[in-house]
Amino acid sequence: MEAIDENQDISQTRLDSAASFKAFMLKTSTKSNLNLYDHLTQLLIKVMDNQPQNVVDVIEDLSLDVKRCLYEDQQSSLRDLPQTTAAELLAEQQRLLFSRTEDADQEDELVESPLPNVNEIGFYLEQAGVGLGREEMQRVFLALKQLVESQALLRCRLWGKILGTESSYIVAEAEYREGEGEEEQITEEAAEEEEREVKAQDNEIDLPPQSTYKPAPVVPKEAIGAGANKFVYYVCKEPGLPWVRLPSVSPAQINIARQIRKFFTGKLDSPVASYPPFPGNEANYLRAQIARISAGTQVSPQGFFQAGEEDGDEEYEAPRDCFDVNPDFEGIPVAEMAESLSTWVHHVQHILPQGRCTWVNLAVKPEVEEMEEEPDEPEPEVGPPLLSPLSQDAEMFTTPPWTSKISTTLTSQHAIAVLCSNLWPGSYAFACGKKFENIYVGWGLKYAGEAYSPPVPPLPQKEYPSGPEITEDLDPSLEEEQALKEALEEQQAAQDEIEETDEEEEDND
Amino acid sequence: MDSNSLYYSLELVAGSGHTLNLEQRTALQTSLVILKKNYKFHRVLLWGKILGLNNDYFIAQGRGEDEMEDKKNLYSFNCMDWFLLPPVTDQMIEEVSRAAKGRFIGDPSFVYEHIQTRKHGNGEKAEEEEIMTKVTEETRLTVVVHHIDEEVSVVPRGAFVRNPHGLVQINRSFDGLSHSEAGKLDSFLHFSKPKNLKKKSILEMGELNPAIDFLDVVSDDIPKGSWSLQFECASKVCVLRSLLWLGLTFYHVPMTPQHGYIYIGNGLKNLDLPFML
Repeated sequence: MEAIDENQDISQTRLDSAASFKAFMLKTSTKSNLNLYDHLTQLLIKVMDNQPQNVVDVIEDLSLDVKRCLYEDQQSSLRDLPQTTAAELLAEQQRLLFSRTEDADQEDELVESPLPNVNEIGFYLEQAGVGLGREEMQRVFLALKQLVESQALLRCRLWGKILGTESSYIVAEAEYREGEGEEEQITEEAAEEEEREVKAQDNEIDLPPQSTYKPAPVVPKEAIGAGANKFVYYVCKEPGLPWVRLPSVSPAQINIARQIRKFFTGKLDSPVASYPPFPGNEANYLRAQIARISAGTQVSPQGFFQAGEEDGDEEYEAPRDCFDVNPDFEGIPVAEMAESLSTWVHHVQHILPQGRCTWVNLAVKPEVEEMEEEPDEPEPEVGPPLLSPLSQDAEMFTTPPWTSKISTTLTSQHAIAVLCSNLWPGSYAFACGKKFENIYVGWGLKYAGEAYSPPVPPLPQKEYPSGPEITEDLDPSLEEEQALKEALEEQQAAQDEIEETDEEEEDND
Repeated sequence: MDSNSLYYSLELVAGSGHTLNLEQRTALQTSLVILKKNYKFHRVLLWGKILGLNNDYFIAQGRGEDEMEDKKNLYSFNCMDWFLLPPVTDQMIEEVSRAAKGRFIGDPSFVYEHIQTRKHGNGEKAEEEEIMTKVTEETRLTVVVHHIDEEVSVVPRGAFVRNPHGLVQINRSFDGLSHSEAGKLDSFLHFSKPKNLKKKSILEMGELNPAIDFLDVVSDDIPKGSWSLQFECASKVCVLRSLLWLGLTFYHVPMTPQHGYIYIGNGLKNLDLPFML
């Protein structure tokens, strides 16, 4: 009997301890208001329901899931706040590109449209391994159409794309029309004059010591429609966003742009922090680089353009800057174009070291008359003439300036000739029969050989030559002062004597 | 970028200006399959293209079981015949850095020569000794591909996991970064052996997940601003471009597992970067 009693006792204590442990497990947590017993029950129910493989490995995750489920209902009262993303805003802008104009059908088909066939260009460029992607190309096409319609341009061309660190620029080249853009120049000049006047007024009030430093004469800007400013350029960040017209470029900007190496940021109004300091903001820098790239890499098959009729022998020295499309051009065989560089010619004027396409003599100015010695007549800078073949281009950094190749070797019957510039990586040209096109897609930087070394700042100016007129005298010592005093007194006494004798003489008279 | 996704991924990185023409694309679709079979790779990537003066090198990369360790690079001129590049040694790196200058020529047997004069002794007894370093372009190609992979290969955070055995493998459950994550540089990691992960403080390490965060974060790169992060293709694709190796483009479509990178450039490191920012 005792044994049974003992057994009962033991089972009783076991039950008690089990009950106490269950009570412990049922204790609700002060943090989450849950208890372990219910949690384990739910967990095991979940395991029985789902019956996953290798339960023991994922039991922790299941446990987490069970806990997470408890919160779901509570969260349903919160509602997601929809945020407009950049993609949605852009889509809204780009929607306008796809809107049809009502009067499109009535357009006169005889008039040549200024809009280029970007799809065709894209097709050829893709064969050359260059492009922005087909969809992007189509968007650019539509954006160009928008530009042509809104600005009523004569001729328009996709120039290329310049990558920036924050966003990129799509660049369109448009032909300048007579009478346009002059206002801008006049206003600019007027603004400059005003500035000068303001400065002059300031000078009248308070005259600071004048500096003897004379800045080098400013090389005048080329007129819009000539030289580096022959075309006007429009840029936009994304197709669909508004096109912005770039300001015309000045020789100073081109010259500084040659000396600096900077990435574009993608914001037109951001300053260009560089040494030497760049005159202008990023829009000016962009325009200067576009001018340099165009001058260096815009090429066409030889014979496509012919020199314009020269007006006469008066302008013998001035390089020609006009050319016409040669109507008799028959196209050069592709194999020949890929073989030799002499079948390609530059059709944009070379920019001289002065920063202009046509050289101006800065020494010839009325001020020169005052100078006694006639300064040496500066040698006029001469660049290669227009339509000169690429085979004459100089080699830099032991790299040939151009690489020409054929787009495919498997089906060479229908290949196109591709030319890429090694000086301006990203600049490509293709030619196929009578068709040719240039495009630039890149960072807007010239190949700089091994490493770029920024120009050193100018030497500090010389000290003023020290002479007697600016040296400070030593203070006199006491003895010297006394000696001087005595000398003065003696002098005074002598004068007094003379005066006295004079008076006496007068009295005597 | 993975050879299986070439159909669309080339379009997504075309914003940098370079793409492949139709002939090359179709050739790659054929040859990479054969390549994968012959070399017993787990997957094959089109690594990129190095532009030479006379010829361009196409580079493919085969990956084995461990995505990070088992890498093999191959090059080709016509996208069909592939040649294996040797593994990189320290000596190769040193020789290439000394001798190879300028653009790639496009001929793997081209030899770069560099003569260094060293003086022995001092004064009048100084003897000049000429040390000639010769490097073939194939070696240079190997080293440049290695450098680019080391310095600028990028993956989104979470796309790869390191399992308990230390193998780095694709994370099959990676479903893309969110739009806000994709706009930040610290969601992108270097896909190479970490260099400054151990330098992080315990506080920073505490937030990291050891299975995912076993790589260096791109935003820690020096100098600051050596990456350009943009949204392209109608703001739907996150595109990352390296300014240190101009030509490296990475894409990731947020909220999808699609990502990849490609290098199409002239194989020159942009040493002028500090001046250009």
